[in-house]
Amino acid sequence: MTNHWIDIKNTNVAIIMGGNAAEAHPVGFGWVSEAMQHNDAKLVVVDPRFTRSASLADVYAPLRSGTDIAFLLGVIRYLIETDQVNHDYVKAYTNASFIVREDFEFNDGLFSGFDEETGTYNKESWFYELDGEGFAKVDPSYQHPRCVWNLLKKHVDRYDFDTVSNITGTKVEDYQAVCEVIGSTHTHDRVATFMYALGWTHHTKGAQNIRSMAMIQLLLGNIGVLGGGVNALRGHSNVQGATDMGLLCQGLPGYLKLPNDNDVNLETYLRNYTPVPLRPGQTNYWQHYPKFFVSQMKSFWGKYATKENDFGYDWLPKWDLQYDYTKHLDMMYHGQVNGLFVQGVNCINSQPNRNKVLKALSNLKYLVVLDPLATETATFWQHADQFNEVNPASIQTEVFRLPTTLFAEEEGCIVNSGRWMQWHWKGANPPGESKPDAEILSGIMLTLKQMYKDEGGKLPEPIEAIKWDYHTPSFPHGEEVAKELNGKDIATGRQLDNFTQLKDDGSTECGCWIYSGCWTEAGNMMARRDNHDPSGKGITPGWAFAWPMNRRVLYNRASCDVNGKPWDPKRMILEYTDGHWHGIDVGDFNMKLPPQESAHPFMMQPEGVGRFFALKMLAEGPFPEHYEPMESPIGTNPLHPNVVSNPAVRMLPGVKETLGSNKEFPYVCTTYSMTEHFNYWSTHCRLAAISMPETFVEIDEVLARDKGINNGDWVRISSKRGAMETKALVTQRLQPLKVNGQWVHTIGLPRHGSHNALIRKSFTCNVLTTEVGDANTQTPEYKAFLVNIEKAKGI
Amino acid sequence: MDRRQFFKLCACGATTSAIAALGMMPGEAMAAPREYKLLRAKETRNNCCYCSVGCGLLMYSHGTVGKNSEQSIFHIEGDVDNPVNRGALCPKGAGLVDYVNSPNRNQYPEVREPGTNEWKRISWQEAYSRIARHMKDDRDANLIETNEAGTTVNRWLTTGMMTSSAQPNEGGFITHKFARATGLVAIDTIARN
Repeated sequence: MTNHWIDIKNTNVAIIMGGNAAEAHPVGFGWVSEAMQHNDAKLVVVDPRFTRSASLADVYAPLRSGTDIAFLLGVIRYLIETDQVNHDYVKAYTNASFIVREDFEFNDGLFSGFDEETGTYNKESWFYELDGEGFAKVDPSYQHPRCVWNLLKKHVDRYDFDTVSNITGTKVEDYQAVCEVIGSTHTHDRVATFMYALGWTHHTKGAQNIRSMAMIQLLLGNIGVLGGGVNALRGHSNVQGATDMGLLCQGLPGYLKLPNDNDVNLETYLRNYTPVPLRPGQTNYWQHYPKFFVSQMKSFWGKYATKENDFGYDWLPKWDLQYDYTKHLDMMYHGQVNGLFVQGVNCINSQPNRNKVLKALSNLKYLVVLDPLATETATFWQHADQFNEVNPASIQTEVFRLPTTLFAEEEGCIVNSGRWMQWHWKGANPPGESKPDAEILSGIMLTLKQMYKDEGGKLPEPIEAIKWDYHTPSFPHGEEVAKELNGKDIATGRQLDNFTQLKDDGSTECGCWIYSGCWTEAGNMMARRDNHDPSGKGITPGWAFAWPMNRRVLYNRASCDVNGKPWDPKRMILEYTDGHWHGIDVGDFNMKLPPQESAHPFMMQPEGVGRFFALKMLAEGPFPEHYEPMESPIGTNPLHPNVVSNPAVRMLPGVKETLGSNKEFPYVCTTYSMTEHFNYWSTHCRLAAISMPETFVEIDEVLARDKGINNGDWVRISSKRGAMETKALVTQRLQPLKVNGQWVHTIGLPRHGSHNALIRKSFTCNVLTTEVGDANTQTPEYKAFLVNIEKAKGI
Repeated sequence: MDRRQFFKLCACGATTSAIAALGMMPGEAMAAPREYKLLRAKETRNNCCYCSVGCGLLMYSHGTVGKNSEQSIFHIEGDVDNPVNRGALCPKGAGLVDYVNSPNRNQYPEVREPGTNEWKRISWQEAYSRIARHMKDDRDANLIETNEAGTTVNRWLTTGMMTSSAQPNEGGFITHKFARATGLVAIDTIARN
């Protein structure tokens, strides 16, 4: 979230799209209710299903799953055409006036630079036109035909109401109602917030779904202000922290980059990731990249990281390909992987195409599962009726199941969606011999260190060097590691106040620069419990610590005009008066600078402004474009039949054959959770299991009638990947939609089930799902794939 | 409480006092009510482990602080001081004590030997040694030190790791160090799920 949960109370319009906060984040949704009751806010919900959020909405519009971009680009067209644009904001704080290179094009569904053979883009032309000094050329009058504003207008021009309605299945009058409410926030005194979750990320164009919305927020001037922003409602309690910790195949903590093969040495690496400003007078905050990186290497390798050995740079692995889990699972499936650690993840239930996951795990030599619960992943080799048809004797995988603690039995910090780092305390010992993950991994690491010391082996240096100098190396305490994340001055041992004190000469150590300030000489800032809200705007500066710098609203410089005057006095975050900045939050800029010099609120960008045109950042284009899901129920793209789905998706060999057509599988299936569900954990918790004792599938009344299915009947659902049986719930919450001249039915399949827990034995929905993912993140398309459904005998 | 409610309450109180003054109060009840169950419990602050609203929790456990006495959590509720949830929890969070005390908790390190159909309890030390042995054999055989262009790459692709999104940051950082020091590239979280 750019903002945070409580801040939702400051909004005038909450738009929930690609999520269902009332169901999945019920307590967070309380702040939407607060806004509705005390700020006269309107709630807009756009979802294929009439969800719990929808049932509380002022305006609800159904859409066909996988058509969000068409929906949102149509909103942009509407806003521009009706001139409901916050022009002051757009002019000052976005790249609307920037001029794009002459060779940039968009024709018939493809941007310039597409290579048919590799299915990737050469992004050279997706950039600004530069002047002699390397600065981007701009035209504040918007006269230049290739300034971003004119390109954007042209790009969205195709998305008129009828076209959008034809693609999305949303009725024009419903659509118009949504557009009007959103448009009402273009003035300085009104603001909208967008709340989204996996309903936007689980698509082959998930990143572009979110971008389309961010572009609307820029047009309306809704980013960096109270009650506004781009708000991802994250799933797991510490998935924000796991992402901050860089636990991804191409990441390092603090959103630094794991080097790739092109970053041949430290000098090249730092050059590649330290941007040069694209406009004069920029803060260009990533210019400090070398300080963040070198300090992190000191926290990795300690005294072994020296200037002479490039601070241990060569010990970091480099990537040549994106080895996300679907790619690695595919390698496992093809017998190219020997070992896998699975920490708190239930792969066999969660990862797409269960049959493939099962085969992949069976090919492993060793599998190490660290989990507080007895998951089906650890017992994938056990036969379980029709749910897991295997022969244990033929599976040669050695499986270790290691019991871990859970939240109540360990101390530490988890980060909520609003970037609050909240410290928690241990309440009891875990059962049996369970241990925290950090202790288990330390046990393995120390054993491995000893083995390399005794036996030698390949590249022992990083294993020897990795800094494990905790008070008790076999069990690093949360407090010690938290201090390490904050960082310290190595010579004096003093904890750093914040990341502005980091150096690139090896004299400071810091595990994660964005966390710096969380544990200073004054102590543990994350454990603070002053819930005082002096401004009444929901900013509780003394409660826990919000990264970065205890800042509660990101990009908050954009809440004021260029001269430092708040756009809306009632929504003041910061203000420049009497030669000083003051306000209710920590400024997201250098508060020593006068307003005109700090008037580039998006200071992590080398041009300091928000981008309608995303340059080379994304795989499938600098503007979003509507592409059909990989399995499209209409089998065509009404905008450009030659480019039906996202042309830049990664298609691993053999995966194309696992995709079905709308002839064979005519219905759209979408997955989600109810309040009592939580990724299969809750199947092990008695109360949740009692309230959700078995699985079901939601189908609309028309389809049920056509198929002769009654409420409570057993049904068989099949996709090209597999089939499962469950019970039907016939509901009005789903309605057939008229799309491109045909009726499209959506089937709703909650992500629930287990054959090994406290609920009735059942299949899980990943029997059906596809592994093809977003072209940037590779998040699988769990929200829009094709199935068939028929009545079945039952289990 | 609004003005009207305030007056009602006052009126009610006055009536009760009047009745007592007339000596009409009931006598002492002999059966004492059961003591409030959280009164003697130990209270620990935590955060909900499910979604990322970050609701504050109060966890109540029994047991003395004596060395041989085990704390056991028997009740969890919302923390009214936490500004994000102000004491509220959703149905899932309200049932957290059933997660802590689930009958399906793992208890001991175990191994399933290749081709067999059972779990075998092992010691932590055996688990560490056998896992480290697997890792070292695989890493020594398959670590790629340089690519075709001769660039040092030091990547180990034949082992991978799915990492937790529910453990604290501190565990996450230890996990990151563990992975990169050995050369693992194929690490991922449920963030992508």
